[in-house]
Amino acid sequence: MAFKNYILVCAGTGCESDGALKINEEFKTQLEELGLDGEAQLVKTGCFGFCAQGPIVKILPDETFYVMVKPEDVKEIIEEHIIKGRPVERLLYDKEQKTIKSGVEEIDFYQKQFRIVLRNCGLINPASIDEYIAREGYGALEKVLFEMTPDDVITELEKSGLRGRGGAGFPTFRKWMFSKGVESDQKYIVCNADEGDPGAYMDRSTLEGDPHSVLEAMTIAGCTVGADTGYIYIRAEYPLAIERLENAIEQATEYGLLGENILGTDFSFTIELRLGAGAFVCGEETALLTSIEGNRGMPTTRPPFPAVKGLWGKPTVINNVETWANVPVIILKGGDWFGNIGTETSKGTKVFALTGKIKNSGLIEVPMGTTLREIIYDIGGGIPNGKKFKAAQTGGPSGGVITADYLDTPIDYQTLADLGSIMGSGGLIVMDEDDCIVDVAKFYLDFTVDESCGKCSPCRIGGRTLYNLVDNLTKGLGAEEDFDKMLELSKAMKTASLCGLGQTASNPVVSTLKYFKDEYMAHLAGTCPAGKCKDLVNYSIIADNCVGCTACARRCPVQAITGVIKGVHVIDQTKCIKCGQCVAACKFKAVLVG
Amino acid sequence: MKNSVKINGDVEQISLTQELKDFIKLWKSKPGNLIMVLHQVQEHFGYIPESTAFEVARLLNVPVAKIFGVITFYHFFKLTKPGRNKIAVCLGTACYLKGSGDILNEFSRQLNVEIGETTADGEFTVEAVRCVGCCGLAPVITFNGEVVGRVSSKDVSGILEKYMI
Ligand SMILES: Cc1cc2nc3c(=O)[nH]c(=O)nc-3n(C[C@H](O)[C@H](O)[C@H](O)COP(=O)(O)O)c2cc1C
Ligand code: FES
Repeated sequence: MAFKNYILVCAGTGCESDGALKINEEFKTQLEELGLDGEAQLVKTGCFGFCAQGPIVKILPDETFYVMVKPEDVKEIIEEHIIKGRPVERLLYDKEQKTIKSGVEEIDFYQKQFRIVLRNCGLINPASIDEYIAREGYGALEKVLFEMTPDDVITELEKSGLRGRGGAGFPTFRKWMFSKGVESDQKYIVCNADEGDPGAYMDRSTLEGDPHSVLEAMTIAGCTVGADTGYIYIRAEYPLAIERLENAIEQATEYGLLGENILGTDFSFTIELRLGAGAFVCGEETALLTSIEGNRGMPTTRPPFPAVKGLWGKPTVINNVETWANVPVIILKGGDWFGNIGTETSKGTKVFALTGKIKNSGLIEVPMGTTLREIIYDIGGGIPNGKKFKAAQTGGPSGGVITADYLDTPIDYQTLADLGSIMGSGGLIVMDEDDCIVDVAKFYLDFTVDESCGKCSPCRIGGRTLYNLVDNLTKGLGAEEDFDKMLELSKAMKTASLCGLGQTASNPVVSTLKYFKDEYMAHLAGTCPAGKCKDLVNYSIIADNCVGCTACARRCPVQAITGVIKGVHVIDQTKCIKCGQCVAACKFKAVLVG
Repeated sequence: MKNSVKINGDVEQISLTQELKDFIKLWKSKPGNLIMVLHQVQEHFGYIPESTAFEVARLLNVPVAKIFGVITFYHFFKLTKPGRNKIAVCLGTACYLKGSGDILNEFSRQLNVEIGETTADGEFTVEAVRCVGCCGLAPVITFNGEVVGRVSSKDVSGILEKYMI
């Protein structure tokens, strides 16, 4: 290393919003002032994944990992660590307060992880192509251009067993093979970066932290199937990822890794960005292609599949961001290497956005076949505030729940499907005893109803009707026979809807009905056990417990609580908006929810 | 889809700037340009003024109906002018589970404005968005595009005060 120390500051969107930019600035000025800028190199990197503990600063070569850093801490880090070589103990991640853990390997959050897709995230400066190249970047493209035939590439992909990470899990080599096999004057490569699943941000972090890996993979696909144009369809809501991609495309073009005659060969390939505009259905591949064409993003029937007849009617390979990010590694290390990781039906790793009621919320990458228990307890650190685990939801609005009984199931495409959920794109949302399962099912349905494009009636009308039935339950207006209606509707939607959105929209309902029928029954009887469904709960004050501290009355946003100091308080039911703030404010367990 | 076209009589006549016209010229020959052009227009004005949609139609040579069709299909495109400050509360799953619905209601209540609408003085627009990709910091809001994480409904008045001045 040319520098004595490297200071890596996370510049992912999460840490940035918590002041990481300011931390970076502080380091910059202070290092310069002290004349240390020749000794310590400052690097703005992508997401480390440990978002709950951000902003994060990592120091190399000793791999010291500082969490929850504030701009005021910079001075101490420089004085103690950079100058004197002593770690600043109070900023180290130390969950149990027993032993001090400094290196990444020692932190439980990272121990069970295995990074292929996120190999460069948090390690390199995503704005620098040189750093990507220094980590074997574009080595796979070189290999493909000079040492491999297109068939070799497809064979490696087949050996690897890589399946699409966007949701459906279709074998990637097949798509490429189909496209390659079609004679056409024009073919396209498309990257699906629409990441619509609410509660998931794997693709965002990958693009922000390592944009070149996707560009390299798309170029490899272009060379393999014979396409000269690529599009990345990315959400407009991801400005930082867009900026990093634009910058990366510019740099790659400058280096001759994109554009005319790549690396002196007769292969040419360009990549352009196309912005999404906030329509979930545009994540569905046929809708996405229609949207790139400049239209309302309505799906079309398949077949023909995009690989054969896609963008402007031409053969198009469309893959998800994470799928793409795997490709260069497979080419470099070989399909057999990749195929050795994971389970029988699912190879490699999966990136999950671990969120919800979990201590170490963040972005993780684990080998396929890791159990939910390992993810939630070993990596995620369990449920905060001593609450009980209720269920985990995968697959977002198209998925289902996994309950405590199945915590030890190794997670892969097949096992999740068997449990009535799906792998999905990687959202993994943990719920605790305070979450109402009926409310969650309603939440997802509300989402899909809102996002339905309206083209086919099973989805448009079926979704709305199903929503109304669930909504009725949460209002105490349900009827016993509604459960049969719900299942019947779900079946019709699954069979008759035009695209994946409608076909899977009922999954959250079907899955929760299967595992939490008792909770549905409770709603039918007029109670919400978790106290979430506002029409089914009332807040009142238990006179015996109330000491008259006035905390609840002061907190109540609508002045519904009255009472004098040291006197018992009362909630005016006509004013109460059931926000639950009084429960949070009361230290004496005097607010009754029920 | 949520958007609805509001054609009201007294719309301001706003025209495309020269810069936007140049952008359109640059993109005119590219297939599928409409959405990129609309993004550019919205970025400039903060929304897509109705009159500009007619101009875009003329310059790109596409029917006005198609342009409104596209605008109203996508949540991102707005036909009404947003407030000076834009508050977007994330209603993605991670944020929802951590109570972002209450935060949204609290903003709406304190500003006395319906969700998705702008206050009468044109100062604040309150809207719900789906996942801004910072779920690790849930619940999340964005204030004029800037992400604020780990918000609670208690913080609402403080946040508003900061921006009122
Ligand atoms: C309603 C719906 C939404 C989808 N959203 C996404 C998405 O946000 N990102 C994504 O990569 N794939 C999404 N997909 C899956 C795509 O249709 C397609 O399978 C994927 O882009 C193929 O890439 P892969 O083989 O690499 O997974 C969605 C599918 C449906 C039905
Ligand atoms: S769910 Fe709110 S940021 Fe993702």
